[in-house]
Amino acid sequence: MPPTIFSFINRYSWRKQLYIVAITVMMYPVLYATFELPKMIVNDALSQQRSHEYFGFNFTQLEYLWLLCGLFLIFVSVSGGIKYYVQVYQGILGERMLRRLRYLLYSHVLRFPLPHFRRVSQGELVQMINAEVEPVGGFAGDAYATVALQGGTLLTILTFTFLQDPILGFAAISLYPFQAYVIPKLQRQVNQLGKLRVRQVRRLAEKISETVAGVRDIRESDATRYERARFTKELGVVYEIRLQIYKKKFLIKFINNFLAQFAPFLFYAIGGYLVLQGNITLGALVAVLTAHEKMASPWKELLAYYQLMMDVRIKYDQVINQFVPIGLIDATKQDDEPDQDIAFEGSLRANNLTVAFDADSHVLDAVTFEVDLPSRVAIVGPAGAGKEELALVLANLLAPDSGRVLIGDVEITGLAETATGRQLAFVGNPASIMSGTIQDNLFYGLKYRPIEPKSSEEGEAEQKKRIEENEKSGNSLFDAEAEWTDYSKVGLEDPQKRLETINAVLRLVLLDQEIYGLGLRSRIDLTASEDLAAKLLEARREMFERLSSDERLSRLVEAFDPEAYNTNATLGENLLFGTPVDETFNMDNLAEHPYVMETIEAVGLTGELREVGFKLASTMVELFAELPPDHEYFRQFSFIQADDLPEYRNLLTRVEPDRLDKVSADDGRRLLALPFKLIPARHRLGLVEDDLQERILNARRYFRDNLPEHLKAAIAFFDPDEYNEEISIQDNVLFGKIAYGQAQASHQVGLLLAEILDKLDLRERVVAEGLAHECGSAGSRLSASQRQKLALAREIIKHPDMLVLYDPTGPLDAGEQTVVRQNIIEEFEGRTVFWAINDPSWAGVFDHVLVLDRGRIVESGSPDELATKGSSFVEITKAA
Amino acid sequence: MTLQKDVEVLRGVPLFAKVEPSKLKLLAFTSEHLEFLPGDIICKQGDVGDAAYVLLEGNADILVNTKDGQVKVAEINQHDIVGEIAILCDVPRTATVAATSRVSTIRISKDGFFNLVTQFPQVGVEVMHELASRLHHTTQRLTEASSRLRQVEGADPP
Repeated sequence: MPPTIFSFINRYSWRKQLYIVAITVMMYPVLYATFELPKMIVNDALSQQRSHEYFGFNFTQLEYLWLLCGLFLIFVSVSGGIKYYVQVYQGILGERMLRRLRYLLYSHVLRFPLPHFRRVSQGELVQMINAEVEPVGGFAGDAYATVALQGGTLLTILTFTFLQDPILGFAAISLYPFQAYVIPKLQRQVNQLGKLRVRQVRRLAEKISETVAGVRDIRESDATRYERARFTKELGVVYEIRLQIYKKKFLIKFINNFLAQFAPFLFYAIGGYLVLQGNITLGALVAVLTAHEKMASPWKELLAYYQLMMDVRIKYDQVINQFVPIGLIDATKQDDEPDQDIAFEGSLRANNLTVAFDADSHVLDAVTFEVDLPSRVAIVGPAGAGKEELALVLANLLAPDSGRVLIGDVEITGLAETATGRQLAFVGNPASIMSGTIQDNLFYGLKYRPIEPKSSEEGEAEQKKRIEENEKSGNSLFDAEAEWTDYSKVGLEDPQKRLETINAVLRLVLLDQEIYGLGLRSRIDLTASEDLAAKLLEARREMFERLSSDERLSRLVEAFDPEAYNTNATLGENLLFGTPVDETFNMDNLAEHPYVMETIEAVGLTGELREVGFKLASTMVELFAELPPDHEYFRQFSFIQADDLPEYRNLLTRVEPDRLDKVSADDGRRLLALPFKLIPARHRLGLVEDDLQERILNARRYFRDNLPEHLKAAIAFFDPDEYNEEISIQDNVLFGKIAYGQAQASHQVGLLLAEILDKLDLRERVVAEGLAHECGSAGSRLSASQRQKLALAREIIKHPDMLVLYDPTGPLDAGEQTVVRQNIIEEFEGRTVFWAINDPSWAGVFDHVLVLDRGRIVESGSPDELATKGSSFVEITKAA
Repeated sequence: MTLQKDVEVLRGVPLFAKVEPSKLKLLAFTSEHLEFLPGDIICKQGDVGDAAYVLLEGNADILVNTKDGQVKVAEINQHDIVGEIAILCDVPRTATVAATSRVSTIRISKDGFFNLVTQFPQVGVEVMHELASRLHHTTQRLTEASSRLRQVEGADPP
């Protein structure tokens, strides 16, 4: 990475900078002409009464004026046009340089040696790549162009002035040396402060990211006040620094402005004296004054440029320093295709592996061992023995300070990641999951290069243009939109076989049921999976038949019937008989919606629902009155929030039950808000009897028949013969409510659902929908144990020759850990596994055990050999 | 009103007999109804219990595992309570309860019951009274039984 901002600019854009300067230089004569012409107009065209002859043409005075004015207009337009062109060009250049710089920095992050990540914080890196380099990129466009343009303008004006009168020319620049001396001095102080500011703002970024990551523990410790105070302190430091910078910056500005005003003083005094003495003409003095005024602007720009340059130089230096740590992985190791595959034959040998994070504490100390390949090896040892580091070295993720690992004759330490990354696999704890679907993550290990261009609507020309633009910014030439997953590497080109393998691997890590569950709860896109919807409708019919033909089953589910009231659904759901698509018909605020109210009024239900609301309010007030407001029952059971309870208690005393039609509008709304969440089968209050149910069915019909056009998109009605896109696969097949009060209902319905989906060969399709589940950023939408299982599945699907694991099952349940471990050991029969385990009692299932203690191998052998010796292996196992 | 009916039934249960009706109403409202079909297991011996059941309708057998298999030791009917020990202390179910007809129950969960007791200590006192009188009753019977046993032993030494 270029060490200074100018070497960065020169290396990547010298041709373009040259071009920009050349164009700018071309502008000088034009610029000069725009100064010369007004003088000619004033001196020649206006003051001298004669005709002019140019190139054999004769002009009258008036014609001559028109000619000069026309020329002036042309020159002004040309100079403006060139300026515009240069500025746009600068802008593009600056953006490309910014893009290049960010890309370079990001690529460097990917190449950081692992231990370096202990020293940098995520917040700092984000701050640097996002915010700090922003002005650097912009500056790259201006680096030479501004000097050329503003400096050139200044020179042009100066030349013009000198040609008018050398003495006045000197007068115009007489104060520049003073400025050139004082301002850098002040600027140096600003620079020092600028450095401090950069560092301090990074601390802020670090503090914020630390807070985000640790907010749970901050609250748990009741330390929010402490953290606020600490943050305040940091902000205070930034404030002080910025204040100092402002003071100095404005001092510089003040001096500049003062001197700019001081020059005219000299002109008037000295110039005036000379005019009075008759040494120069008044016209010349006026012209010089105008020129000086014009000089003020480019001079100011140049000073601003100088300040920006200083600022950017600091930022660049301070960013670059952070991105070239010792041990930065060579770029070729991530880019160059490997020469050949590593042959996993013979034995794996580790010779004198040493890892030291500090000079005097060795994490691994001359680790030497040899195991035959293939072999399944457990690495055991007490905490701090160096198990994780040894695993990382074996996976070629951590470069040892000395020593090497050989597989057969191939030295793998320091081998390119392009080689080891495809044949070795590693899962640590916690493992990382990327954003994207579960399926994307499963095949993450097969995406090392694009294998097929994207087949898209995007035209070839546009695609070419996009790639060219990437190239101009020195970005990756690989197309992120292309197909990257190389199924052929693991023989899974056939989609059917792929799905089978996925299922098998998911079963192996005990993730199959969870993915199936995700699939059941997912919603499908009708346009994309019309055939699936049709099959799920078939499943719905099957479900309906099974439920209605078996008395034991029929009581478990109450199906949605357009002509019947569903006693296991809320009154609101019964009224809408569909799923709200957006917030329009939010179930919590149904009583607020004018169309819902219109419906109720139209079928004459208002009075009756108020009555139900009144009874409900009385019951709630009676039941919950004595509970403290924070009691969980309010959340679980009450129709009225604890905060609103006093309001309703007052309402009950205010309102007479037999005169509900006379209540105020507000009270009426309060009463009507209550009944919509009533579920007869659950609440057993006897408030929704047959007669009321019948009338709600009327309301349901009215609601649907008279729904205004603009509200039609807000609700997806339940239709027994239509797939409902707004509800999950499970709800679509069930098409009803699981009944309250039936023992084991949801469990039994789950079994029945699975049975029906299996019968119709839909299970795999549902799993496929589950595989399309988005994992969220860093897998945030999955649980810790799901992430860990998914990472294991990812590495198994990659089919590595050697799998290295560091406590990969840590976040799983104890019961699951045993099963998953056994499954993986069996799956890797005939291949090599190195497994750093925290529970040495597991070691029995491995072919070989390495016992580590304080960074040294103390024993090595089969579990049986080690167990009989009364060895430290036995000691460790006992201690655990 | 169904809820009202539940309250009546709960009042009939000796454990709750002295508890205020309004508190019983809250207990009934926060408890769910659960229905079992003939043959369904309501609770299983050895399992950790988390709820008691009050029978609203139907009959169930109480079965105990012995060396010779399951033996029916009692039968429960309408308005009987079963499994109440589980909501008072953490012990495994001491017997299996199997429905012999269609059984509908009020399921009183341990959490629901404890919520009630912690919120309204008076309920706890009432329950304690009932339990104490049960204990007294049991102790009396134990004394009788052991004195009778001593008589038998004394009359016929081994």
